[in-house]
Amino acid sequence: MSSSGGPQVRSLFEIERKERLAPGHRACAGCGPMIAVRQILQAAQEDPVVVNATGCVEVVTSVYPQTAWLVPWAHVAFENSAAVASGVEAAMRALKAKGELEKERPVIVFAGDGGTFDIGIQALSGALERGHRMLYVCYDNEAYMNTGIQRSSATPYGAWTTTSPFGKAWPGKRERKKDIMGIVAAHGVPYAATASISHWKDLMTKARKALSYDGPTFLHVYAPCNRGWRFDPSLTVEVAKRAVETRFFPLYEIEGGKYRITLPVTKPRPLEDFLSLQGRFRHLLLPEYKEALETLKRMVDEQWERLSGMARA
Amino acid sequence: MEVQRSTEVKKAFMTGDDAVAHAARQSRVDLVAAYPITPQTIIVERIADFAANGEFGGEFVPVESEHSAMSACIGGALAGARVFTATASQGLALMHEMLYAASGLRLPMVMAVANRALNSPLNIHNDHSDIMGSRDSGWILLFAENAEEAYDRVIQAFRISEAVNLPVAVNMDGFTLTHSAEVVRMLSDDAVGTFVGRPPRRSTMLDKVPKSFGMMSLPDTYQYFKDDQLRAMDGSPAAISSVEREYAGISGRNYGPVKSLHAEDADVVMVMLGSYAGTARAAVEPLRAEGLKVGVLSLGWYRPFPSGELLRAVERASTLVVMDRSVSHGAPMHPLASDVAAALYRAGARKRILSVVYGLGGRWFTEDDARALFRYASKPGPDFESFFYYGGEMR
Repeated sequence: MSSSGGPQVRSLFEIERKERLAPGHRACAGCGPMIAVRQILQAAQEDPVVVNATGCVEVVTSVYPQTAWLVPWAHVAFENSAAVASGVEAAMRALKAKGELEKERPVIVFAGDGGTFDIGIQALSGALERGHRMLYVCYDNEAYMNTGIQRSSATPYGAWTTTSPFGKAWPGKRERKKDIMGIVAAHGVPYAATASISHWKDLMTKARKALSYDGPTFLHVYAPCNRGWRFDPSLTVEVAKRAVETRFFPLYEIEGGKYRITLPVTKPRPLEDFLSLQGRFRHLLLPEYKEALETLKRMVDEQWERLSGMARA
Repeated sequence: MEVQRSTEVKKAFMTGDDAVAHAARQSRVDLVAAYPITPQTIIVERIADFAANGEFGGEFVPVESEHSAMSACIGGALAGARVFTATASQGLALMHEMLYAASGLRLPMVMAVANRALNSPLNIHNDHSDIMGSRDSGWILLFAENAEEAYDRVIQAFRISEAVNLPVAVNMDGFTLTHSAEVVRMLSDDAVGTFVGRPPRRSTMLDKVPKSFGMMSLPDTYQYFKDDQLRAMDGSPAAISSVEREYAGISGRNYGPVKSLHAEDADVVMVMLGSYAGTARAAVEPLRAEGLKVGVLSLGWYRPFPSGELLRAVERASTLVVMDRSVSHGAPMHPLASDVAAALYRAGARKRILSVVYGLGGRWFTEDDARALFRYASKPGPDFESFFYYGGEMR
């Protein structure tokens, strides 16, 4: 399908009023990941089946005997949601071929950055390579939040976490964020995109687009965690928005191997506008971490240049 | 035990792995997710051959690890499919975490385990260390002594698993059974297809009313789930026996929980799991001709443990030589010996026990070795002994 037309979400009125995630679950106030899950489920134009990795979304929605899921949902473990979803998808194909299932349903995986970038990357890679039809959503809150804010390979350079503290020797996390999109794209999947909960039309459009493909697709969704990033719960959407506006988290898609920046940020806000809202970065604004701040800024610039170059190519 | 059968059989010369692959195909499996590992690999290869030739009606998912193999099987079973996988050794160890998920979710599925030693040091040959590491994972564990029994037990396992909603592992000794060709009396595709039927209705992810699976359970509820699971295991013997009887009707073959050769009137009984039971049996008649009252008891079921059948079979024996092909480091006895001793204790019975570890990493065990052990155990000795047996005469 083409990149224009069908999936474009332009206004709230186009969205089905059907909730697939019930209210009253146990997420913290101002939880970014739950916004991502709700928006993506609402973007789906038919009821999907959901596979959920262990993590915040899973634990806050499924404490027995209550469930927040109004669509079929399964959780098995932390590192294997792409493999479980592979089985669900292949089973549907088999049952359909035997005439025991009328129609295959969309399969959506929700996994955090730990479950995707780190412990789940092998299962993800396998599922992408085998070409199972599924939308894999990584809700990225840039650390292991469910276990209490430990660094993951999605944690950005300089960020404080309980296992990447800042001190006399360390600036916070010493390594850069892993390029998960590049890794996913290298599998030659038909569609992969970044999105942010702050840009809901863009996010929902991308979710619809991803679900329209007969193959594995991937959404990397920026989903701030106020507990882990140390900001006021009322600022979740604002923090996500500033990540996009400072070019810290660029919005782009890779369709048929072609990169496209879906929200060109021509006049980026200063990075400090994003960092200063969050306790995890506050030390970078102190004089003794000036060098680290410069390093982080350089990484943000390099990332934008690289993506712009790929989008022009 | 041979009984009258109702269907035709075709004698085929094949390895245990080939036999198991045919059993899965004939059982009309919907999904196979598997990863190659010696000595199980032939099973995966055959399934791929069947799929390539259009002889396999299901989906074959060639996953990137055993952990994902079990995960994909769990996903398939959650969607209501009949699923099968096979593994061995390191592969079983890698999927260990997921074994508990499969049984905890009460998912029917069947796995063939080509039993093999565990690293380190690296060894691809047969012992039972792999499955003993997973014996408490909530799976029904069956053991085959030959290729035909592996074939039979895999077909039966689908029915057993779907009757009690517990996963079933069929164990077969690596190389000894997986790679040695022997005559297997195969049933027809139709006979097996009719026997297994389609899986009975159960809750799945594809139900019209959406359901949540694999939820989080807090201290107020978790133990109830485990209680239910244990009840299913404790109640499984009736289902297993019923499937075995029904299968005997079409195949003429019924193995049951234990296979005895003269255990009932023996003074010394060797208790075993797997293919070396046949080796030990060969030593029985010659020793009896010498006047030594010995017998062999081979366990076809390991979980659920056939305590009652075992106790009945060894009631008159004074000495049990319990043969373990794995080690429980630091334990009072090795795995099978512990189970046997616990079963005796529960019945208030006390016998002399020799807890013998043998055949690790494919170490040989011959008829002469069985004879040497029987002779040793027939002499008076301490009530309990535990040792590694390497073969050869014993003092």
